[in-house]
Amino acid sequence: MRMSPKPVQTFRDDFTYSNSPGAVARFPFPFPEDEYRYSVNIEPHVTPGPEGSVFEFLLDIDEHYLSEMAERATVLEENPKRCLAMPHMDLACWDMIERCMTSLAADYPEHFSLQVDGDQWTWENRLLNIKDSFTFGDSSTLPLPPMEYMGRQVQGDFALLDQRDGDLFLDAGIVTCPADWSLAFDAGMSFSEWHGPVPLAHEMGVFDRALKYLTAIPVGRPVRRLNWTLTVNARMDTSPETYPNWGTDRASVTADNVGEKVHLRVELQVLDRMPRSNALMFSIRTFLISFDDLVTNPDWARRMHRVLKTLPPELIEYKGLGRYHDLAVEWLSRFDPAN
Amino acid sequence: MSIDSIPVRVMAIEQVAPMIREFKLEAIEGRLPAFSPGSHVQVIMPGASREIRNAYSLCGDPATPRRYSIAVRLQDVSRGGSSFMHGQVNVGDQLAITPPANLFAPVMTARKHLLIAGGVGITPFMSYIPELKRKGADFELHYLYRSSQTGAYLDQLQQQLGSALHRYDSVQGNKCDLTAVLSGQGPGTHVYICGPESLIDGVRSTAAALGWPDSLIHFEAFAAPEPGEPFKAQLTHSGKTVDVAADESLLEALEREGVKVPNLCRAGVCGQCRTAVLEGDVEHRDDFLSNDERSSGSCIMPCVSRAAGKHLTLDL
Repeated sequence: MRMSPKPVQTFRDDFTYSNSPGAVARFPFPFPEDEYRYSVNIEPHVTPGPEGSVFEFLLDIDEHYLSEMAERATVLEENPKRCLAMPHMDLACWDMIERCMTSLAADYPEHFSLQVDGDQWTWENRLLNIKDSFTFGDSSTLPLPPMEYMGRQVQGDFALLDQRDGDLFLDAGIVTCPADWSLAFDAGMSFSEWHGPVPLAHEMGVFDRALKYLTAIPVGRPVRRLNWTLTVNARMDTSPETYPNWGTDRASVTADNVGEKVHLRVELQVLDRMPRSNALMFSIRTFLISFDDLVTNPDWARRMHRVLKTLPPELIEYKGLGRYHDLAVEWLSRFDPAN
Repeated sequence: MSIDSIPVRVMAIEQVAPMIREFKLEAIEGRLPAFSPGSHVQVIMPGASREIRNAYSLCGDPATPRRYSIAVRLQDVSRGGSSFMHGQVNVGDQLAITPPANLFAPVMTARKHLLIAGGVGITPFMSYIPELKRKGADFELHYLYRSSQTGAYLDQLQQQLGSALHRYDSVQGNKCDLTAVLSGQGPGTHVYICGPESLIDGVRSTAAALGWPDSLIHFEAFAAPEPGEPFKAQLTHSGKTVDVAADESLLEALEREGVKVPNLCRAGVCGQCRTAVLEGDVEHRDDFLSNDERSSGSCIMPCVSRAAGKHLTLDL
C-alpha cells in the first residue's frame, strides 16, 4: 500500500478535495493517442501490476479512501436507492464479498484482515473501525445487506452483472459517484440497453465485440479498461438523481477558472468473473484531477489539448462538455504551441 | 491461448458406469476456486506429439467446492485424452487443470428446468441438481443411457429426484419420446441438453418444430481454445522465420522471437494487433475483421488467427 488515506476532504459544497503530488503522479491518464475515439480498449488486468500504480492490485485504495467513504455514506443517507440488489443476485453479492475481502486483506494487510474458519468469517477494516464476524453466505448474519455492506468499504461504484442468454444484465449495484447515469433507471437492462445513449459506438460494433469478450471471461482472469469525461468541480456525485445540484456548475466555468474548476474524470473499470454465481463484478473506480494539476505534466497537457480539440461533436454533446469545451481548449492551447 | 493451470492431486477414483470413470481432485496448494453449476475445467495431458486439453464438467455439488469431481467416458476411438485418463491416471497422481469456466449455466429465473442428458452428458446436471433443490426450483431430468456402457449415478438420482427422474435405458429398449417430453411444458420452461450431437440435434429440431423459442433452449458447447496445426511465419522486414507451434498463438510465437506487435485484448476483439499478410491463406478466428477484410486475406489478427496452410508471409 503506497498511498495512506488522509483526513476527510469534501466532494461537494466547499470542495476541499486535493491531490497530493504522489496522487498526481500515479493518475491513470487515459489517452494513448492525440485523438480519442471509441474502441474495445479492454485488456487483461494482470496483478500485481507496476508497483505503486493504480493497476498494482485488483482494487485500488488510495489517499482519498476516507473522503470517498464519507461521501458515499452521505449519498446513501440522502437516497438509499442508490444501492440495490435484486433477490436472485444474493449469491453474486456473496461472491463479491469474498473477492473484495480476500484481495483487500492480501494487498493492504496494514488496513484489512480476514479470518476464515470454514464458513465462519471475521473481517476487520481498521480504516473504518469495523470488525464483524458472520456466516459466509447467510445474509442474516451481516449488519447490512451484502452489496451495501461491502460497497460502503471499497472506493468506486460497483455493479454485479447477471450473465444469462449470452448477455449481461445490471441486476445489482452501489452507484454513488456515477458519470451521469442512474442505477435505478438502468436496473435490469442488458449490456447494449444500458449503453443505449452512447453515440457512434453501436454502429462501430464496439458493444457486440465487447459483449462477446466479456461473457467469455473465466474465473481468475479479470480485465480492465479506462473511461473518461470532464467534471466541473471535484464532484463525485454527478448522478441524474442529483442533477439539480450540479447541472448549473457547467455554466460557472470562465476563461480564468478553467484550471481550478475543470477536472479530468477517469474511471478504471475492472471486470471479474464471480465463481459461484457466474456473475461479472464490475468495479468503476473514479479518479479526479484538476486541469491545474494535470498540466504540471507537459505531455499530459499537450495531449489533453489535442484530444479535446479533435473530439467529435457527438462526444462533446454526450459527455456534457458543450458549455465549456471551447474555454477548456483555449486554456489548454498555451501548453501546446505547435497547435 | 496459454491459460495458467492449477496443479491438483487425484484423491479418489471410482468406476461409476462400465465406461465412465470418476476422479476426485484436490488442490495441491491453497484451495480450489468455488464454481457455478454447469462449469467445466480442462485437464492438460501429455499427448504423443503435443499437449492434449480435454474439457470435463465439474459434476460435484458447488456448495462443497474444495474438491472437484470430473467423470470421463472412455471413447471408443480416443484421440488420446480419455484413454490417458482411464489407463494412466492413478490415485495420488498429480494433474494440471485450468480454472473453471462456465458456458452452460442454468437460467435461475426460469419457471421450470427441463434437463435432458445423454450418457456422460449427465455430468453438468450433477452440479445443477443440488442448487436447484436448494432453491426449491421446479425441474425434471430425462436421462437417456445405455446400461452396458453409461448410466452413472442412477441410484443417487433416483433417491434425490424420485418421480422427477425419467430414465431410458436403450439396452432395455426404453426410448425417450422427445415430442411427448417437450410438448405441454408450461411457459417459462427452459430445456437444457447435454450429450451426443445426435441427441442435441434431435431435441433442438423437435423443440423448434413445436414452437420453442431459441432463448429457452440451452446446450453444452465446450469452446476450449482450439490449438491448431503448426506453421511457419516469414517476416519480410526482419527476414526472420518464426515457427508457430500447435499450442501457441501467432502473437505468442512472435513475442517469443522478440517481435513486438501492438496488442491489448489478446482475444480477437479489439483490433490492436492487426498485421498485413503478403502471402499465404489465413484461418480467421477473430471477431474484429469484417467479412470483406477476411475474404481479401490481406490481414490477420495474430492473437487468435492462424495460417490455413503451412506458411504465412507477414509485413513485419
